[in-house]
Amino acid sequence: MSAADAHAETIYHDELPSAYTGLDTRKLAIWTFIGSECLFFASLISTYLVYKGKSLVGPLPHQESQCMLHGQLQQCGAIFEIPLVTFGTAVLLFSSFFVVLALNGAQTGNRKRLIGWLGATVLAGLFFIGMQVYEFYHFYHKGLGYTTNLFGSTFYTLTGFHGSHVTLGVIWLATVLVLAIRGKLPPRKAVNLELAALYWHFVDVVWIVIFPTVYLMR
Amino acid sequence: MTAGTLDHAPAHPGPATGIWSWMTTVDHKRIGVLYGATAFFFFMLGGFEALLMRWQLGAPERSFLSPELYNQLFTMHGTTMIFLGVMPLSAMFFNYMIPLQIGARDVAFPRLNAFSYWVFLLGGLFMNFSFVLNAAPNAGWFGYANLTSKQFSPGLNVDFWVIGLQILGVASLAAAVNFFVTIINLRAQGMRLMRMPMFCWMSLITQMLLLLAFPVITVALVFLMADRAFGTSFYSPGGGGDPILWQHLFWIFGHPEVYILILPAFGIVSEILPVFSRKPLFGYAAMVFSGAFIAFLGFGVWSHHMFSTGMGPIADSVFSLTTMLIAVPTGVKIFNWLGTVWGGSIRSTTAMHFALGFVAMFVIGGLSGVMHSSPPADLQQTDTYFVVAHFHYVLFGGAILALLGGAYYWFPKMFGYLLDERIGKWHFWLTMLGMNLTFFPMHFLGLVGMPRRVYTYPAGLGFEAMNLVQTLGSFLLGSAFLVFIANIWKSWRERERRKAPADPWDGATLEWSIPSPPQEFNFPELPTVEHRDELWHRKRALGGPLPEPARVSGAGIHMPNPSYWPLVTALGAMVTLIGFMAGGVAVNLTGAAILFFGAFRWAFEPAG
Repeated sequence: MSAADAHAETIYHDELPSAYTGLDTRKLAIWTFIGSECLFFASLISTYLVYKGKSLVGPLPHQESQCMLHGQLQQCGAIFEIPLVTFGTAVLLFSSFFVVLALNGAQTGNRKRLIGWLGATVLAGLFFIGMQVYEFYHFYHKGLGYTTNLFGSTFYTLTGFHGSHVTLGVIWLATVLVLAIRGKLPPRKAVNLELAALYWHFVDVVWIVIFPTVYLMR
Repeated sequence: MTAGTLDHAPAHPGPATGIWSWMTTVDHKRIGVLYGATAFFFFMLGGFEALLMRWQLGAPERSFLSPELYNQLFTMHGTTMIFLGVMPLSAMFFNYMIPLQIGARDVAFPRLNAFSYWVFLLGGLFMNFSFVLNAAPNAGWFGYANLTSKQFSPGLNVDFWVIGLQILGVASLAAAVNFFVTIINLRAQGMRLMRMPMFCWMSLITQMLLLLAFPVITVALVFLMADRAFGTSFYSPGGGGDPILWQHLFWIFGHPEVYILILPAFGIVSEILPVFSRKPLFGYAAMVFSGAFIAFLGFGVWSHHMFSTGMGPIADSVFSLTTMLIAVPTGVKIFNWLGTVWGGSIRSTTAMHFALGFVAMFVIGGLSGVMHSSPPADLQQTDTYFVVAHFHYVLFGGAILALLGGAYYWFPKMFGYLLDERIGKWHFWLTMLGMNLTFFPMHFLGLVGMPRRVYTYPAGLGFEAMNLVQTLGSFLLGSAFLVFIANIWKSWRERERRKAPADPWDGATLEWSIPSPPQEFNFPELPTVEHRDELWHRKRALGGPLPEPARVSGAGIHMPNPSYWPLVTALGAMVTLIGFMAGGVAVNLTGAAILFFGAFRWAFEPAG
């Protein structure tokens, strides 16, 4: 154990009595930040809804329309293809379950469970990001650019911000995974994973709102 | 990380004095002083901009300022005063006083605190750098669409405003998370919520407003940035967008923002009035709940800024009623302040002067505010000087007077010597005279029809005399601040003679139980609290003043290490955002690389 670790250990033990409410101070900070983020996504989702159906040209989410493609006006198909995104959604939701198992592994000192399920969480996150990148690429080639119409602008901004949150979450979880592999995540430091997990659950919950509102609602 | 007493000596690499010690400091008191000095500089800059405008308006058809420059000045005056003046001046007191008042050694996240300050400083410098390029923001502090579109504002001006506000938003949000957690979790033993000093309560509510309001302006600015940088149509009718969406998003942020500006002032005044009336705050619980109620209602009144957009009778009525409702908790506060002073044994200190001046001036501003809540009256008043009169009475007569009162009240605690009371009274009366000469005639000027944001006016409309009075008043007001600076300078020169004891005012709260200025660790032993107005109870139990606390060795008290990673991370955040304005993706990625590098080094360095 390095000197810095020994140091961190004393702090960890020392920190607890100073928490007036008994809640971990860093967890409280993440919860606070999540509260703030709710308003961030609420604003993005509201704007999507306010501008729903207000696009002047196609392509549109659920129906065929006139749109510019390859420099000429033509009939374009509906943008959304529900099966792929449904699968991506399922993977993302399961990743929330995976991270709970990983946290349990961290808390009980079950190294195999910790590393295995945390790895699975990171992979699930990467899969979701890949799904989104594919989707954006695919939608773009179907004629939906960022500036094409209000649907494109609001859709890419909303899901793009969610995707960047997922990316940040993956980077965070992957960092914790590296710590875990190096054996620097003993049970008394499990809260280091719990912080990332809290954020990860939030990112999932936001998607639970976005998925039906954007993809399913007609 | 705040920590209790440990049995080993603190690890403290880094110097204790010199510029490097300030650049790497994570001490909430030093960061508070940095906030105060920086914000006061920006505040003077904003005041100078106001004086230039007043000189231009002192006589009809004056050509001292070009219309283009005038637009930049009124935009930067508003933006500076709100985001670089009043908010960070409040942040100075949050930083310095919250840990002292709740009995903590520092804030919950000292390095995050340093990060907030550096982001704020860089954002303020960035926004004002626009003057060098002759491209200062020029679309008003509210930046209404579609005036801000690329079509109508092709230059960099609006980009500076958008990116500058995004940078400042990062600072505010980080600070809000920090102070919220600090107040919830770092209170001393026995410091129940309902025993907290009122300044801490109002600060706590302010942090909630910041947390919930700033994400909305962030999104609004992202849309604007996309419209300008990529050509989307969020606010552009040409592509099906609606410029009114900006107004909704902006004011959903903007109205809570005015409470972000005024609630800390409420808190400061609620500290000063009881101490100098030698009476506990009247109606403590009512003060807490009325503050919370004001903040809650603050999210339900935004459209009263938008009556002239024609929202229809139902929306107009609803927002009119909610706005009128806010007068109720505000009135509760006014009467409680009066009740506090009533029958008290009053000491007429400078701080008390400013606090009482605040109550009087804020009432005037509040009354004109209630007048705006009636849509037909508002339609007559909107975009005239009447509105300018209103918000200067609440922001100058309200927030600034309270902050000045706080400055006189807490200066001895922060710097260890007392400001001159005689010069302080001069400062107060000059301020009162100056502000009323400047802002009171604006009510009438607005009602006879002078529009705001217009760089000049023709002779013969009856505007000349009142404008001249306002200009004279504004220079008087400016000179009042020179008196303030002279007071600080004179008192500093006499600082040996003016040494402040720990408790110069017979205060009621914990910051007066430790030496002035406090030692780095604040409290040698973390205090235990048994009462509201804890210090008064301790003094009463003792039958006299407490013994002067000794300055003790900090050996064995564990304090966080200094760090320069917050500064590096702040730099990265700024560069990332600047990439959206100039330089493109390469700049974004460079900034993001610095940001991540700084953040990772920050996460893995030993915090102390």
